[in-house]
Amino acid sequence: MFFKSRHLNSINAGHHKHTAGCATEIMPVPATVRISMSQNIGAPCKPLVKKGDTVLVGQKIGDTDAFLHVPVHASVSGKVTGIETQRNAMGGMDTLVVIESDGQQTMDPELKPPVVTNHKEFVDAVKESGLVGLGGASFPTWLKFNPKDKDGVKTLIINGAECEPFITSDHRTMLEDAQNVIDGALAVMKYLEIDECYIGIEDNKQDAIDNFDLMFTKQGIDNMFTFPLKASYPKGAERVLIYEVTGKTCDAGVLPADLGCIVSNVTSIAFLGQYLKDGIPLIKKRMTVDGDAVSEPKNIVAPIGTEIHDVIEFCGGYRKPPKKILMGGPMMGRAVFSDRMPIVKNNNAILAFSREQAWIPEETACINCGRCHKACPFGLLPTGFADAYEAGDVERLNDLKVMQCMECGSCSFVCPAHRPLAFMNKLGKAMVKEAASNGK
Amino acid sequence: MASNKKYYDNLTVSSSPHLVTSLDTTRTMLYVVAALLPAAAMSILYFGIPAFVMIAVCMVCSAFFEWAYEKLLNKPNTVRDGSALVTGLILALNLPANLTHLDGIEYPIFMPILICIIGSFVAIVVVKQLFGGMGRNFANPAIVGRITLFLSFTSYMSTWPLTRFQKAGIDAVTGATPLGYLADGDLTYCPSLKDMFLGNIGGAMGETCVIAILIGAIFLIAMKIISPIIPVFFVATVFIFAFLYYTISGNTPEGMSALYMACFHVCAGGVMFGAVFCATDYVTSPIMPLGKVLFGIGCGLVTMIIRLFCSYPEGVSFAILFMNIMTPILNNFAEDRYYGISKRKKEAAKAAAAEAKKA
Repeated sequence: MFFKSRHLNSINAGHHKHTAGCATEIMPVPATVRISMSQNIGAPCKPLVKKGDTVLVGQKIGDTDAFLHVPVHASVSGKVTGIETQRNAMGGMDTLVVIESDGQQTMDPELKPPVVTNHKEFVDAVKESGLVGLGGASFPTWLKFNPKDKDGVKTLIINGAECEPFITSDHRTMLEDAQNVIDGALAVMKYLEIDECYIGIEDNKQDAIDNFDLMFTKQGIDNMFTFPLKASYPKGAERVLIYEVTGKTCDAGVLPADLGCIVSNVTSIAFLGQYLKDGIPLIKKRMTVDGDAVSEPKNIVAPIGTEIHDVIEFCGGYRKPPKKILMGGPMMGRAVFSDRMPIVKNNNAILAFSREQAWIPEETACINCGRCHKACPFGLLPTGFADAYEAGDVERLNDLKVMQCMECGSCSFVCPAHRPLAFMNKLGKAMVKEAASNGK
Repeated sequence: MASNKKYYDNLTVSSSPHLVTSLDTTRTMLYVVAALLPAAAMSILYFGIPAFVMIAVCMVCSAFFEWAYEKLLNKPNTVRDGSALVTGLILALNLPANLTHLDGIEYPIFMPILICIIGSFVAIVVVKQLFGGMGRNFANPAIVGRITLFLSFTSYMSTWPLTRFQKAGIDAVTGATPLGYLADGDLTYCPSLKDMFLGNIGGAMGETCVIAILIGAIFLIAMKIISPIIPVFFVATVFIFAFLYYTISGNTPEGMSALYMACFHVCAGGVMFGAVFCATDYVTSPIMPLGKVLFGIGCGLVTMIIRLFCSYPEGVSFAILFMNIMTPILNNFAEDRYYGISKRKKEAAKAAAAEAKKA
């Protein structure tokens, strides 16, 4: 959009990567899991099981006829003890399937590696796997791999930037699951006829970059490359990553496929590599558990549907009473109101903060310093948005291109007056959308 | 599920991000004070106790007025953010360090202190608080405070004490500033460029020492508190304007080259201090880079026009005040250019007109 320089604006939000050296631990199956039926952007699934049913690991328990969806699978074997509704972190209501584990983890015998010979079968297989964008957006991946103009897509960009502070789960994936990443990427490139693949990794994860480079040389892969990025926030945002790798500007509302690239998170690709080998759908997730309220911060693999307090208990329990628990990183993650929320597919971190770390100082007056404008990757003017929003001025919001905002939170982070600018941007965007739908 | 387990069902929820920088307004203001310290220290070195007393009075009074006004009007207390201290310090450094003797006239000791108090009152209460407090003032408080004092106490405000090193050789207590010599058209007794660079000249107490100001500027720019755009364009405009003026008019004082006069204009008076500490005030300067460029150029132009063509020898504070008032216009202009607002509107109007024609 307004990009002129080689790099977009970015900020130093601190790294806090305490768990980068923690090898992933596999969490034992909890007594009960509660699996949400709406784990993707689009339509929520309808439960396929009812109270009293016995389910096996990997069995499909939720599906729908709607277009934009992916199915949901059981992460444990056992008995369905109820179908609940609960308020989710977004404020809406979710349907949850509660499964009491029998501790056996009996696999569904019908699970077999998918037979894939062409693009259509590949897309169907991805859909059946229940894969969504694991970077956080939870966009159904099958749809991403089914672009309108398939021939126009020339580049696969794998997002291993992991620019959010605290989170190290993608880093561990790249170290521990590198072969699956490569296999998954090769499969995507084969079925979508993509020529080249870049893995964007921030340069604070040099071991992951070296690891991939070594494997590419050893295996004689000449169309996959690592792409070191300067470690700063928000390098892992899709539109920023596309610009850094290809130099192409991606406005809001433009699909990456229209620019000839597909961007996918490294964990999604690693899952894909594994799924094509063993056919086990997305039922568990690697995540970072950190924050000053957690006794033993570590990286774990937990079954989807595990409640947060069970995860924390596996990490030694609470060290201090938590004040704020986040699903995802501190810059874009969602604060949940209860530690009984279940893990969903796109969780890459659970961060529990005590009062001291969760405290954000009071808002003071704007001093017009312009740091928000300087921090914004797209050079937007968050103070202008905030003023226009407070004045209810939709025209000015449009003039300043509020819809380009991707809500990365950089403006709020740097604001010396601690104004909730990112929040105001969201409200401003909602206001513009509402005005548009009212036909103004 | 164990029944005696404790759940946390009442956690704080808020919009992301959940981390904020520690570089808040208070820290920013502390950095500015730190950047002003070299200039303040040099003023105390050159002008002695009077400088120290005036700095202290201005800072204390500014903080007091801010506190008292907010207390009286039941507003939230903002003294702790330190902005009043910055205003007081900048105001003090803009005053001449006359505490007692002026041109043989003995002022009562309370007179300069009264002047400091009046200046602080105008800066904090009239310019800042009456317009809505922090972030709402349209003009730089310290600059308006100085201009008010300058116009109200002209003889006091345009009598410049000599530095202790200048006094060492001669009897006089006060003398002309370099710009004063220039206004008289005779640079024979004017201090050398080196003295001006080191600050061993008459003038407002913080403005004289260029090197101390440069140290502050480098600190502020390195800490990313200010953008270098405004100071660079301000100083560059003054330099180029002076160079071109003297080259074209050939009007240089005896024996001086145009290049020397350009350097003279940059080092003399308040250009350096104003460019680094006054023109970069966040609240009263534009946000966008293009606006900052125009702001800096405007400050430089107005300064030089006043210096060369008007009856005042110095024009930095008037220039900054003038550009402060232009800031909203510059902001609108820069936004319009950057986001292509009017361009898009024109195109939309054209498209609408074409549509209408078709129909």
